[in-house]
Amino acid sequence: MTDTILKSFRPEKLTPKDFKSDQEVKWCPGCGDHGVLNSVQKAMAAMDVPKEKFAVISGIGCSSRFPYYMNTYGFHTIHGRAAAIASGVKSANPDLEILQISGDGDALAIGGNHFIHAIRRNIDMTIILFNNEIYGLTKGQYSPTSKQGMVTKTSPFGTIEQPFHPAELALGAQSKFYSRTIDTNIKLTTELILAGSKHKGTSIIEVLQNCVIYNDGAHTLITDKETKDDFQLLLHHGERMIFGKQRNKGLVLGGNGKLIVVTIGEFGIAEQDVLIHDAHNPDPHMAWLLSNMSAPEYPVALGVIRDVSALSYEEKLVQQIKDVQATATIKCMDDLLNSGDTWDVK
Amino acid sequence: MTQKIKIIEREEVVIRFSGDSGDGMQLTGTQFSDTSALFGNDVATFPDYPAEIRAPQGTVGGVSGFQLHFGHMEVNTPGDFADVLVAMNPAALKANLKWVKASGTIIVNEDSFTAKGIEKAGYDSNPLEDEKLADYNLIKARVTSLTKECLKDSGLDQKSILRSKNMFTLGMVYWMFDRPLDHTEEFLENKFKKYPLVVEGNKMVLRAGYNFAKTIEALPYNFSVAPAKIKKGTYRNITGNKATAWGLIAAAEKAGLELFCGSYPITPATEIFQELAARKDLGVKTFQAEDEIAGICTSIGASFAGCFAVTTTSGPGLALKTEAAGLAVMTELPLVIVNVQRGGPSTGLPTKTEQSDLMQAIHGRSGECPMPVIAASTPSNCFEYAFRAGKIALEHMTPVILLTDGFIANGAEPWRIPKMSDLSPINVPLAKEGDDYQPYARDAEKLNRRWAVPGTKGLEHRIGGLEKMDVTGEVSYVPENHQVMTDIRSERIRRVANYIPDLPVKGNEEADVLVVGWGGTYGHLTTAVRELQKEGKDIALAHFHYIFPLPKNTEEVLKRYKKVIICELNEGQFAEYLRASFQDIKFKQYNKLQGLPFTVIELKERFNQLLEEK
Ligand SMILES: Cc1ncc(C[n+]2csc(CCOP(=O)(O)OP(=O)(O)O)c2C)c(N)n1
Ligand code: SF4
Repeated sequence: MTDTILKSFRPEKLTPKDFKSDQEVKWCPGCGDHGVLNSVQKAMAAMDVPKEKFAVISGIGCSSRFPYYMNTYGFHTIHGRAAAIASGVKSANPDLEILQISGDGDALAIGGNHFIHAIRRNIDMTIILFNNEIYGLTKGQYSPTSKQGMVTKTSPFGTIEQPFHPAELALGAQSKFYSRTIDTNIKLTTELILAGSKHKGTSIIEVLQNCVIYNDGAHTLITDKETKDDFQLLLHHGERMIFGKQRNKGLVLGGNGKLIVVTIGEFGIAEQDVLIHDAHNPDPHMAWLLSNMSAPEYPVALGVIRDVSALSYEEKLVQQIKDVQATATIKCMDDLLNSGDTWDVK
Repeated sequence: MTQKIKIIEREEVVIRFSGDSGDGMQLTGTQFSDTSALFGNDVATFPDYPAEIRAPQGTVGGVSGFQLHFGHMEVNTPGDFADVLVAMNPAALKANLKWVKASGTIIVNEDSFTAKGIEKAGYDSNPLEDEKLADYNLIKARVTSLTKECLKDSGLDQKSILRSKNMFTLGMVYWMFDRPLDHTEEFLENKFKKYPLVVEGNKMVLRAGYNFAKTIEALPYNFSVAPAKIKKGTYRNITGNKATAWGLIAAAEKAGLELFCGSYPITPATEIFQELAARKDLGVKTFQAEDEIAGICTSIGASFAGCFAVTTTSGPGLALKTEAAGLAVMTELPLVIVNVQRGGPSTGLPTKTEQSDLMQAIHGRSGECPMPVIAASTPSNCFEYAFRAGKIALEHMTPVILLTDGFIANGAEPWRIPKMSDLSPINVPLAKEGDDYQPYARDAEKLNRRWAVPGTKGLEHRIGGLEKMDVTGEVSYVPENHQVMTDIRSERIRRVANYIPDLPVKGNEEADVLVVGWGGTYGHLTTAVRELQKEGKDIALAHFHYIFPLPKNTEEVLKRYKKVIICELNEGQFAEYLRASFQDIKFKQYNKLQGLPFTVIELKERFNQLLEEK
């Protein structure tokens, strides 16, 4: 839809400031959410979509307070249901540019059902999934993404639950766009929001977000200055998957179908042996492998992991209505009322 | 039809078709009622499905019934007891005998009364040889073998042949009531357009049944029911669910908005959603959600985005929707929530009727969460009340609950088709570009806020479930503000009463007894009260469509009567609600919880008792 909006409007140039509301931002100082807000406002300003065409829709959680801080149309809804409400907004008005904000609890616990079904339908919206592996707003209970064994207020002896990998869940629901970023990387987050918005269909942006209060350092290995280069793999479509402080590490596919981390120059490995990232491959297999890499065995994949085009739900909905109407004999309610078996009493 | 046979003039007749789920009884019943309606009778029907889709063949649990009542005068109910029962097998006889009038006619398919069939139905011996049936006019017809005989050279396979045996009984009943066959013949031609053999076969069987009835001596008479004196106009038959769907579409058209329905299938509400899904020609957007919560949530989203949004469900589904309904109250967005009530609690009696979601509709949400509740009372007026629910939701910017029930949802009756130009306008309080807009600034009369649809330049704003600051709509935890907003939310729904009609009373202003009802019990209550009035009894009826808020004259009406009896298909929820609202009025109750509608007989009995009490 973005393209048609672009064609029909010539908005004045907007700046990130235009997207700031007059509300005081109430997240804890140091919370990763601040960075994402910043990135979203930058991305929106860069999109050239008129401000009134944005609808930002969230569930409940710290992260879900997001719409209040945005000077657009916004809807702070109820816990877990943002994806469903956003699905209704987009189906009702396909012209709107939809951003849906959710925490890991919001999207994957209470809202798990709506999350997978929005993806399955491929409704054109960008879901920003704040993954801090904890419940922030309710003050520190484990979430569906908390690591097994994690001690929290509701798991004083460590959680015995297996965590969800959001990507696995999304790909299982046939996600066409999956990407990952870190709250502090404003540039990457902005880029991904732009890419997600351009993608027609449900785009997921998983943000590895730090909750300084209840789960500080959950993503340290990936975010720390010291270690990050060795544990981050920044993906670019068409480029080799190389990473590491010395840019000498890469991924190859082993005979057992698993990814293997190799060092260029060791055991006869040359740069050409390293796999090239193909985000547009319709086969989700590689996206699956890449998105499921976790530290310390693997680097964590960031950037656009998968971006495959397909028709979106609301495009098909609008088209179906047009097709039916083209040959329909019933054009208005009076026609319908008088259709079929009727008789006159005189 | 020149037969010299005794013709009995009747004011009204009740027929009950019953058989195994696969015997086509719903179709047979619908055909007969359509033909009667075309003939000019007033008709009311009640299909009675088994709860189990695949109950074992030939058992009482698998019996499917269709009752219809047609008459020379206004017909308000499908009738308590049948003049004619068609029983396609022993189980159907067993399940329905208690619904046949004393000395009524029973047509049975004699072929199905085999030792095995009799045993499956739970009879110890062949009921056809029992003296228990001696007082009825029993007509034994070998429907299966006569159908087979009739179609032996038709080229149809055995299965198709057996399937058309319902046409044989239909033909018999057509003869009994002197009805033409052409409507059903036309129906068969259309329905099986692609299978000319099937069309021919069914028509042959239909005529065979007709001629059989004409020939045999088992039928000593046929009935004649003259056409009803009904208002001029164009008519059609309509079920409550279809009428509900159409009323919603009509409201959208009147308001100039797109209709959106997010929903999840549940008996007995599903047909509303299906009917809406079929109306892409009218631009209706339907969304089959993953559950009821998503159903209402997609609709709330669509409402936020500027559609006339509705969601349809039945009791347990309404329970799931309650949190989101609260969001719609808080955000003051228009939404119609249709609840087709069924027997509860929990999964309860999915295919049976009840009125026990009333309290859930009025109060079943977290917090002080008022929303209008209205109820339809007949299959055809589901159209009117769905339309009115839409009008209230859109004009007052509020979610509205529309209650119907399984009885009126599945029931059908002839309906005088309205013209769109006859319906009242719907004025939507949309905010426009350039308006000075505050999300929670209000109209002085209705106290509604204006609707600023995303995409409108300059009106960007944020709404949500957290408490709102008066006028600005910003999040606010100020204690005094919560009081103010709570009061406004309550007052603005109370003010809906300024826009609804007064409660009408049928009967004497100062009658001894006032019968009070609401929703789908209308037909039975009206018939019972009217019959008693005809007998000269001092009784009146007040039937409610508007439940919350109540019509403004409610207290005045209720106070006029010495004895007030509230009749409902629950344990007394409306009674409790009225008691809480009017504490110095004494109410009596009549309640029934059997998954069945009232019968006129039981109502009259109770009312007579009350009339005699000192
Ligand atoms: C129906 C319902 N159940 C529970 C809650 C309480 N609740 C609010 S937010 C939340 C979890 C928040 O965690 P997450 O979604 O990960 O967001 P975060 O606060 O970490 O950003 C819970 C359990 C609620 N508001 N509504
Ligand atoms: S509790 Fe955690 S997630 Fe919530 S605002 Fe504070 S730091 Fe952020």
